Amino acid sequence: MQRMRCFVNSFIILVASVLPVPGYAEDRLQVLHRGNGSEPQSLDPHKSEGVPSANIQRDLFEGLISEAANGDLEPGVAKSWTMSADGRVYTFKLRQDAKWSNGDLVTAYDFVYSWRRIVDPKTGSYYSQTLAPIKNAEAIIQGKARPDSLGVRALSSTVLKVTLKGPTPYFLGLLTHSSTYPVHRASLQKHGDRFTRPGNLVSNGAYQLSEWAVQSHILLERNPHYWNNAKTQIDRVYFHPVENISSELKRYRAGELDITENVPISQMGWIRENLREELRIAPYLGVYYLGYNLTRAPFKDNLKLRQALSMVINREVLTDKILKTGDLPAYSWVPPGVANYSSIEYDWKSQPFKQRVLEAQRLYQEAGYSKANPFTVELRYNTSENHKKIALVIAAMWKQHLGVKTRLYNEEWKVFLANRKAMKVTQVFRSGWIADYNDAYSFAELLHSQHGVNDMGYTSAEYDRLLAQSAMQLDQTKRRQILQQAERHLLNDYAFIPIYHYVSKHLVKPYVGGYEDNIMDHHYTRHLFIKPH
Amino acid sequence: MLVYILKRLLGIIPTLLIIITISYFLIRMAPGGPFDLDQTLPPEIQASLEAKYHFDKPLPVQFGYYIADLMRGDFGPSFQYNNYSVTELIMQGFPISLQLGLSAILLALIIGCGAGMVAAYRQNSRYDYILMSIAMLGISIPNFVMAPILILLLAVLLPVFPAGGWDDGSLMNQVLPVVALALPQIAYIARITRGSMLDVLRTGYIRTAFSKGLPTHIILLRHALKPALLPVVSYLGPAIAGIITGSVVIEQIFGIPGLGRYFVQGALNRDYTLVMGVVVFYGVLIVLLNLLVDLVYGLLDPQIRLGAQSSD
Repeated sequence: MQRMRCFVNSFIILVASVLPVPGYAEDRLQVLHRGNGSEPQSLDPHKSEGVPSANIQRDLFEGLISEAANGDLEPGVAKSWTMSADGRVYTFKLRQDAKWSNGDLVTAYDFVYSWRRIVDPKTGSYYSQTLAPIKNAEAIIQGKARPDSLGVRALSSTVLKVTLKGPTPYFLGLLTHSSTYPVHRASLQKHGDRFTRPGNLVSNGAYQLSEWAVQSHILLERNPHYWNNAKTQIDRVYFHPVENISSELKRYRAGELDITENVPISQMGWIRENLREELRIAPYLGVYYLGYNLTRAPFKDNLKLRQALSMVINREVLTDKILKTGDLPAYSWVPPGVANYSSIEYDWKSQPFKQRVLEAQRLYQEAGYSKANPFTVELRYNTSENHKKIALVIAAMWKQHLGVKTRLYNEEWKVFLANRKAMKVTQVFRSGWIADYNDAYSFAELLHSQHGVNDMGYTSAEYDRLLAQSAMQLDQTKRRQILQQAERHLLNDYAFIPIYHYVSKHLVKPYVGGYEDNIMDHHYTRHLFIKPH
Repeated sequence: MLVYILKRLLGIIPTLLIIITISYFLIRMAPGGPFDLDQTLPPEIQASLEAKYHFDKPLPVQFGYYIADLMRGDFGPSFQYNNYSVTELIMQGFPISLQLGLSAILLALIIGCGAGMVAAYRQNSRYDYILMSIAMLGISIPNFVMAPILILLLAVLLPVFPAGGWDDGSLMNQVLPVVALALPQIAYIARITRGSMLDVLRTGYIRTAFSKGLPTHIILLRHALKPALLPVVSYLGPAIAGIITGSVVIEQIFGIPGLGRYFVQGALNRDYTLVMGVVVFYGVLIVLLNLLVDLVYGLLDPQIRLGAQSSD
């Protein structure tokens, strides 16, 4: 037995001596390992979609406007800018020391070229709509105008003039979106689709691409030509695609990751007890909701039924007792914390729950249903443990308070999307919306009768009119009031049931400095540093 | 022999054609497409993307394009990972899946055969019971349960191995996934070896060998092992194919950049070319592995003569 123990001990020592000790050999270099969800779709900022791609592109590229660690807008490639009195013309002055990773200067011409590329239908960009506020952008996207008619002109290599089709108070915020980043024309023309490969990719952000091992990792290294390189502290950053969230937690605990992209909800209790200091939960620009199909029976022209179903859902029970993730109960469409805005909420939020239920029961009966003649409904969601849990709880609440019979349907993501868009078989469906920019309009526009993701089929001339009015309003206070009026109108129409507002969830090692929670959940590596530990 | 191999190779072509046709139309029948996203694309952009990939043509025409490309060895571009071609993705992922799978099979063979032999030789002894109970456990615990347990024990609580990642195939990164993959295979192989070994040990020539006083290890290793391995060999063909294709879960859990992950990801994303590429690639692999198993079988068992004309 003694010999056995001795053997085990020497085995452990042997193995430990072979193991690389992280940070030991690279003592002077600051190296950061980030979990990054799934493999990024592309590193071409104009041809990619999804959070994993954007996370990496924020380090690789820089747009005209950038963000501070707390999410505030700050100058990026543009050193300064002016807006015309009517809010339709922006003139950006670019930094003279902004450079690409090969040493070339970043010029206004690069932005003209890049933005034309985004709106050109031939490019097939998923986010061409980001630039829709620019003059002629929509006509170009629809193939009705040539890309060079876009309202963007380089007055010199450092002055860029942008003409908008109307005043757009959130325009500067839009310019932090990864789809507005410039690309390096010469290397794109030389390498074509392969211009994003290591060795080919020329970028203008704080970092440049060093290695890309698909499904394994992406390694970025400091861009020595970046204008603010002196302030950058992390020398190397690894992005690891880890789809399995439980595995991500284990790799974090084993010290292989410094920041996680997500947190497994099933282990939230354990994490709160054991990693309390490292858990970062912050409000996020998103809403989780159930949409009604308003184009067909039973919900078409049935306001009372829609209201009753919304009122009897006890959001606090759902977020505090079931999910326990810190998500915020939602009684509004626009989440709290959105810039220049405060949300309108349902009046009945403050009512005691019992009274709310009585009110809902009355509405339910007025809609023609009762215990003897219960309402039967199909609730659809895309396959996921969480969505299922929520759907079950909601079905139980409907059953308990109104006697509604609910049939749950789960569908694989693409099937679910197709059904939701077709608006033929859906009745009530689960959905979520994450904003692309920090402005109430990015939520409001979803319910516009012409919007592509308005899967409820909500149409209201009054609502569309209010949105159009808000887009022309330059005064922030008046604009806020118009958008609030629109939100109130929307809530009273009960086109959907807001369930909760999202929070972002990460684990961050205590030795990672410079990390600040922010509502966009954008965490640029150049703001971070490793503390001695 | 050569004629036999050639014949079998020719036979692969229609098999593959059937696989390709069925899977091509099956995946296209699934609702949704690669460009159906959470958001809606403007119609002109959707049209431009569809034209680029021939989606604007009727399905049979698209199939024609696909087969024509395939003939030139071109699997097409991936829809999801649009900076890479499917061939590139397969060439990056396959060597890793192969290395992982073969290491696991090798480990399973060595331990499984050894344990099976011991259990058979000491039939109904406590060694037999212990080994077979462990084997039963190995079969019944699925590897998506076993893998996280291994990680928790040997990477988090006792940090001996990395909890995940591949690190260009460093030995330390391979240990846990290989063990997790091999465990159920060890169990199967041990049970198969034990069963066939028991049969062989009862045959006349083995008893003769014992009675003329040959040392036990010579009898077991030289005389009994070869015939006892036949069922193991026939199991190996599908097992290797299964372990290489079936490492999806292990690759996900350990974050290994193998080919298995593309199967699931590709199907969920409706990345038609990627799924087709992986299906065709695995199709060829499985057919070839089966051929190889048949050939090895011929070498091990003199009663089977491949390609020989029957005399009656």
